Amino acid sequence: MGDNKENHQGLDPEVIDKLRQQSSELAESISSGDHARAMSVISDLSEVRDQSLYREVGRLTRSLHEAIRNFQIDPRSPEQKEALSKMSDASDRLAYVVQMTSQAANRTMDLVEESMPAAHTMRDEATALHEEWQRLRRREIEPAEFRELYGRIDRFFAALTTDSDMLYNNLSEILLAQDFQDLTGQVIQKVTALVKEMEENLLGLVVMASHVDQLTGTVHQIDEKEESAEQGEGPQIKAQEREDVVSGQDDVDDLLSSLGF
Amino acid sequence: MKILIVDDFSTMRRIIKNLLRDLGFTNTDEADDGNTALPMLRSGKYDFLVTDWNMPGMSGFDLLKAVRADENLKNLPVLMVTAEAKRDQIVAAAQAGVNGYVVKPFTAAVLKEKIEKIFERIQ
Repeated sequence: MGDNKENHQGLDPEVIDKLRQQSSELAESISSGDHARAMSVISDLSEVRDQSLYREVGRLTRSLHEAIRNFQIDPRSPEQKEALSKMSDASDRLAYVVQMTSQAANRTMDLVEESMPAAHTMRDEATALHEEWQRLRRREIEPAEFRELYGRIDRFFAALTTDSDMLYNNLSEILLAQDFQDLTGQVIQKVTALVKEMEENLLGLVVMASHVDQLTGTVHQIDEKEESAEQGEGPQIKAQEREDVVSGQDDVDDLLSSLGF
Repeated sequence: MKILIVDDFSTMRRIIKNLLRDLGFTNTDEADDGNTALPMLRSGKYDFLVTDWNMPGMSGFDLLKAVRADENLKNLPVLMVTAEAKRDQIVAAAQAGVNGYVVKPFTAAVLKEKIEKIFERIQ
């Protein structure tokens, strides 16, 4: 839409020319007392305005159609609208991301929760055996105790083999559970592209609509919405570049201690 | 020591639950927003509340205010574990009477430090 851009900056040059020409004609006819001519100039002027308005509304409508086509929504058939809507596809895609990430997180936590007790038991048993071993080296162990220790070490080695196998398998499954990153990354990139495309299309529409506003002399009152700090916003992006956002826990601690915490 | 963990994401509840267990706190319950948490707090005799801020239904901030306004709960220690990182928000939470504030993403060491600090101050 590059070649259209100039037209969108303001009113059409020919409209402006006509405005200028007719306003001097209007002034002239009033000062010369030709009121009938003045009235006819005024009616010409409003006709110019109406025609430009129709033209802009026409453009706006065409762009709207184009935008709707770009979004691949067919407004005539509700089923098709649903099926073809890239938007609903985008929400499906994002829902898929949520599902995949939550699956991966839960799978990982399952495996971690399964592994932790094994690591604990290993550590506890190794500590206990080490103590016994030290006693043995200091020759403080009775033959009966030694036989018991003998069996215990045997069982420990056996358990060590199965437990470390289990840990190894769990770790490699945790590794595999990270494969969501590839899939969700692709999906998110697709959705980002769609959002960008939509933004461009919407921007085009807004420019068109602002033309109609210009011709009709409409001024919109847009209230600035004040955001309350009490409203949760979720994670801050680009926190480092912002003054009103803490950059980490140290910042939080500093802020709180400055408040007397 | 009975602890209530409030977060709308089960993954985060599970992470916090695991970290608390490592710190020796095994008696924990979970709620997914302020509306479910408040009745639990009122009837459950909890000693400590760990809550997220941004949740559908009743937010953690509103939960904090409700806890402080409740005659039986007003002294309950509250730790906020949240992604909310605006200075205004942290100040608002402090003014509403939060006992500790941890921003996500956080480490086990940070969570431990803040919890210990809160208990130190109470004793």
